[in-house]
Amino acid sequence: MSRTNTMAAGRMQTLARNPVVVALAMTLALAGCASKKNLPNNAGELGLGGAGAATPGSTQDFTVNVGDRIFFDTDSTSIRADAQQTLARQAQWLKQYPNYAITVEGHADERGTREYNLALGARRASATRDYLASLGIPASKIKTISYGKERPVAVCDDISCWSQNRRAVTVLGGR
Amino acid sequence: MMKRTFIRLMIAFAGMAVVFASPAQARVEININKGNVEPLPIAITDFQAADALGTQVTDVIAADLKRSGLFAPISKSAFIEKIANPDQTPRFEDWKVINAQALVTGRVVREGGRLKAEFRLWDTFSGQQMAGQQFYTQPENWRRVAHIIADAIYKQITGEDGYFDTRVVFVSESGPKNDRKRQLAIMDQDGFNLRVLTNSKDIVLTPRFSPNQQEVTYMSFEGGQPRVYLLQLETGRREVVGNFPGMTFSPRFSPDGQRVIMSLQQDGNSNIYTMDLRSRTTTRLTNTGAIDTSPSYAPDGRRIVFESDRGGRQQLYVMNSDGSGQNRISFGDGSYSTPVWSPRGDLIAFTKQSGGKFSIGVMKPDGSGERILTTGFHNEGPTWAPNGRVLMFFRDNAGSGGSQLYSIDLTGYNEQRVPTPAFASDPAWSPLLE
Repeated sequence: MSRTNTMAAGRMQTLARNPVVVALAMTLALAGCASKKNLPNNAGELGLGGAGAATPGSTQDFTVNVGDRIFFDTDSTSIRADAQQTLARQAQWLKQYPNYAITVEGHADERGTREYNLALGARRASATRDYLASLGIPASKIKTISYGKERPVAVCDDISCWSQNRRAVTVLGGR
Repeated sequence: MMKRTFIRLMIAFAGMAVVFASPAQARVEININKGNVEPLPIAITDFQAADALGTQVTDVIAADLKRSGLFAPISKSAFIEKIANPDQTPRFEDWKVINAQALVTGRVVREGGRLKAEFRLWDTFSGQQMAGQQFYTQPENWRRVAHIIADAIYKQITGEDGYFDTRVVFVSESGPKNDRKRQLAIMDQDGFNLRVLTNSKDIVLTPRFSPNQQEVTYMSFEGGQPRVYLLQLETGRREVVGNFPGMTFSPRFSPDGQRVIMSLQQDGNSNIYTMDLRSRTTTRLTNTGAIDTSPSYAPDGRRIVFESDRGGRQQLYVMNSDGSGQNRISFGDGSYSTPVWSPRGDLIAFTKQSGGKFSIGVMKPDGSGERILTTGFHNEGPTWAPNGRVLMFFRDNAGSGGSQLYSIDLTGYNEQRVPTPAFASDPAWSPLLE
């Protein structure tokens, strides 16, 4: 059952070879009314995935194998070529596992003023949502929120950190 | 439910401002328009008292005046005359010989449950009393009385209103940068009497005082929904401002306190709205596909300065209070943001980003006369002292782990760190207390 292939391209094949996992995941989703816990948490507790071997369809699978975030250029909201590839993978995955609540978080780096950065993060979240919508994920299903420059992931005072903090993160919630 | 953390600052001034003698024509004066002025040597004697309070009041007055950069309090060890009775005329020769141009004497007395504080300001060279007042208050408000006396001295000698009897609301920050805890906090302008106003894990940002200082408007991420709130300082009661379909942010009060002006974010665009606090009606003032934010009213309430990136980068614009006549006023190199109209109406302070540096500067409301007061790795978010002579802002030095509050004179001189127990940002200076 365990899967070591972490390449996104290989993921579909792996999944296809493991129909049992998909079926079990579906069952858990249907039974989810008894518990509002996230599906992947339940799956993890059942021992379906371990460290480095994310259960297909889990949030860990999404984060590790698909890529939950895209990055932006300074003061820009345009979706870069590398980000377009990530969002294409996200859209494909989200269509396959449509039961997640989706929130796109927009963030800015520290090299801007607070209020503008709140607006800039919102713009990045909107641009990301619109791109996902163009790939067939209903925009009405995607919530957005901006954290401006208030939640950096990388903490240093140079470009190596700022470029990681200018991001939009697709966060999956329970359904 | 929120705890009542704010204790009302009650001061009862019975017979406030009793002038002992009509002020003499002042020969001692400071022209604060001159830039880097030589601070005026002033002797502030320990106020006569039955306990240590006399010295404590004196120390607060001296610290206020010293921090203003306009006064140089003389060391008490240099004093020759010991003021035994503040009602008697001092021996001016003893003060002139140590170069004190002005002399402050006074007394604090506990009368019943109250504290009586009185002071006299003397011009040592003319030998005349320039000012004399007495105040009554609760003993716990002794620092306020000291600030009020410092304001009276400042005003008598500079001809300008003081700013010492004021408070600052700001965001206190603790914990690592990638897991910051933020709390709204309020303190006296000299950093004393700090009180925390909010205590939750939610991000809180950009507090601003109402003109009567009874309320603070701010932004909170409470419930995962970033919105503008009102906080009653006396009761701790909070409420959401308006019922908007998206994130609201960058709130400020109108000068009459009747409206909150803020930005509403929808589909990636941010526009400026006002909400009338009595009728609850909202009015849209800008309508662009850009980011319009950080609005600030002129003190007469008739115009509003704000920032917009409608031209590509953040720049400053001025419009009428109904949203008409929107004109760009900033044209220098770089981008301009967080404009704040001076309480005097004559200048607009801003944050400027240029060449990888963040500066605090001022310009006239028509965009002319730009002056940069300080430049560095990160300076942001100026706020005006009520007399329009001093600005406070927050600064993050590279590698420092967080920001601190600083004040600087309009002249660009006399930069001072404002003491806070933790990292701090988003300061907003109150009007003079009443």
